[in-house]
Amino acid sequence: MANREVILEVKNLNVTFGKGKKKFEAIKDVSFQIYKGETFGLVGESGSGKTTIGRAIMRINEVTSGEILFKGRKINGKIPRDWDREITQKIQMIFQDPMASLNERAKVDYIISEGLINTKNYSSEKERQEKIRNALLQVGLLPEFASRFPHEFSGGQRQRIGIARALVMEPEFIIADEPISALDVSIRAQVLNLMKHLQQQNNLTYLFIAHDLSIVRFFTDRTAVIYKGNIVELAETEKLFSNPIHPYTRALISAVPEPNPYKERSKKVEIYDPTQHNYETMPPSFIEIEKGHFVLANEEEIARYRETRRMGVSM
Amino acid sequence: MVDEKNKILSIENLVIKFTLRGRELTAIRDISLDLYKGESLAIVGESGSGKSVLMKSIIGLLDKNGYIDQGKILYEDYDLAQFKTENDWLKIRGKEIAMVTQDPMTSLNPLKTIGKQIEEAVILHQGLKGKSAYEKVLQIIRDVGIKDAERRYKQYPHEFSGGMRQRIVIAIAIACNPKILICDEPTTALDVTIQAQILQLLKNLQEKYHLTTIYITHDLGVVAKVADRVAVMYAGDIIEFGKTDEIFFNAKHPYTWALISSLPQLGEKGKELYSIKGTPPNLFNEIKGDAFAPRNPYALKIDFVERPPYFKVSDTHYAKTWLLHPNAPKVEPPEVLKKFFEEGRQYANG
Repeated sequence: MANREVILEVKNLNVTFGKGKKKFEAIKDVSFQIYKGETFGLVGESGSGKTTIGRAIMRINEVTSGEILFKGRKINGKIPRDWDREITQKIQMIFQDPMASLNERAKVDYIISEGLINTKNYSSEKERQEKIRNALLQVGLLPEFASRFPHEFSGGQRQRIGIARALVMEPEFIIADEPISALDVSIRAQVLNLMKHLQQQNNLTYLFIAHDLSIVRFFTDRTAVIYKGNIVELAETEKLFSNPIHPYTRALISAVPEPNPYKERSKKVEIYDPTQHNYETMPPSFIEIEKGHFVLANEEEIARYRETRRMGVSM
Repeated sequence: MVDEKNKILSIENLVIKFTLRGRELTAIRDISLDLYKGESLAIVGESGSGKSVLMKSIIGLLDKNGYIDQGKILYEDYDLAQFKTENDWLKIRGKEIAMVTQDPMTSLNPLKTIGKQIEEAVILHQGLKGKSAYEKVLQIIRDVGIKDAERRYKQYPHEFSGGMRQRIVIAIAIACNPKILICDEPTTALDVTIQAQILQLLKNLQEKYHLTTIYITHDLGVVAKVADRVAVMYAGDIIEFGKTDEIFFNAKHPYTWALISSLPQLGEKGKELYSIKGTPPNLFNEIKGDAFAPRNPYALKIDFVERPPYFKVSDTHYAKTWLLHPNAPKVEPPEVLKKFFEEGRQYANG
C-alpha cells in the first residue's frame, strides 16, 4: 500500500463562500490522497460539501486555502499555462443528470468533441472524427449516433454520451459526481459495469461522489465520509462498512434500507447527535486509528474507540 | 389477509390510454389488483412502467390527454372509473384517498403558513371550525413529529428543511382523515438519514390512523422496510405480486429476478453487476406476448406469441410468466439470486 503512486492529493483544503457575516465554510481543512488506478468514494448527505470538493479539484470552485496536487504538482491558484492545459485534459468530469448536462441544441458529434476543439487536441479533421468514433464505440454506442441530437436518446444512453465526452480527452483522472443517481435500477448496473470496464481498459482513477452507500460499497476501493465540510472517517471501503467507528458513519450506514425484509423489520436505526462531541475543550484531529483507517476524533474519543475495540465488541 | 370482506379497493381489468400528438399510447394494459384494509402495499417498477399513472387514476389526477379506456375501480359503492367531473372526485380525493408526492419543495404553497395549509384540509374534510380546528392542527403537527407546534404553525414552508417539509405534506394528507394514503416516492428527494425517519413516521401514522397505504417506489430497500405486499410492474402490467417475503425470496418472474439481481448489494466486488440488456418496449406499439420477452434470457417461444396469464404460486403469490406452466421446461434463477434466496430463507427460519 505504502508504495502505491499517489495521483491526486488534497492538503488542508478550505473552501469558503461569501464574506463577513454571510461567510459559509463549505470545506474545512480536508486532506486525503487518491492512489493511481483506484476508485475513491466520497459519501455524504446533501450540503455536506462532497460536490464542492469535486468542483474544487475541477477548478470550478476557488480554493480559499490549502493545496491540491496532481501527480505531485500544484493545480490550484496561479499555475503555468501549459500545465493548466495539461490538467484540463487529464482531469475530466461525469455529471449527475444526463438530461441536464448535454446541450440540447448541439449534435452528439459537437458535444463530444467540444473539449478536443478547445484544447486543439487533434491534427486533422480525420483524426477528430476517428477520436469521436472510438469514444462512442468504447461506451457501447454506434458511431452513427454522432449525427443525432441528445433528445433522441434514453437516460442511460445520454449518460454514455456524457462518459464518451470525458473519455475523448484521454484523461487519467475522472470525477464522477453522482453519475447514476438519476438512472433506473437496471440502467444503473449497465453504467456501473461500463465505468468499471473503462477503468481497467484505460487505467483510469475515479473520484466517485455519491450519497447511495450500497453503490459506494460495491464500486469503490476506499471511501471517505464527509459531514458538514469535514471528513469524519476514511478507510478501505470494506473496512469502513464492516467496522465503522465515527458515530456519524455508523448512523449513515444504519439508515440505508437493505433489500431484506427480515433484517429491516428488526433493524434499529442509529441517530447521530453532533452535540455528543466535546470539541470546545478538546479539539479533534484526523487520526489513523489503524493502518489506513482514519477517523476525526479528539484524544478522549480515540481512547474510547480503542477501548471498545479491545473489548472485542464489534463497533 | 386474503379476505374478500376486507377488500377496500378493487381494480378490475383496467386499461388506460394517452393520446400524444395524434398517436395512442397504452400506459396501463389490463391490470387487476385488490387492496386490503390496513395493509401496506408497495408498487415497484422502473420509470415508464406505469406505476404513477395507475395511482393517479385512482384519485382522478390523470393528465388531460389520458383516459380510462376499459375496466373498473371499485371503492365502496363507487366505480371511480366512471367519474367524469371534478365534483365527483371531490367526494373521494383527500377525504377518502390522499396522496403524498415525491417533492416536498413543490407541493406546498410558499405564500401561506403551514398551519393555515393544514387547517384548510381540517376545515374542508373534518368540518371543524375556529378553536377546535386550530387545536386539531396543532395535534396533527405534533403527530408528524414536529416539535414546538404553536410556533411552527405560524411559519412558512421556506423556514423548514426538506425532511420537515415532507412531514408537513404528510400532515396535510392526514388532516383529510383519509382511509387510503398513497405515497409516491415519498423519500426519493431526501437524504438517507431523513428517509429512515420519514418511513418510520409513515409506519407509525398508519397504525395510529388505521390507514391503508400504497407506496410507489423503485427502491427495493424501502420496500423491504415498509411493505406487507409487493406488486411488480413492467410495461404497464403487474407481472408478479405477493407478500414481501415471497417476492424477495421466492420470486418467479424473470423480470423480478433481474431487478433483484441488479442490486449492488448482490454484486461481488470487482466483478460485473448483473444488468438487464436492452430497453423497455415502446408503449405506442402493440405488445405481443410477454412484454419482457425480448430482454428475457429465459424466454420461451410462446412468450413472443401469447401473453401469459397469472399462474398461482401460493394463495397470496401470483406471477405472469409461462415458466410456471406445467409443461414449461424447468428453469433455475441466476446463481447470485439463488444465494440471496437461500440467505433469506435462513432468516425466515430464525
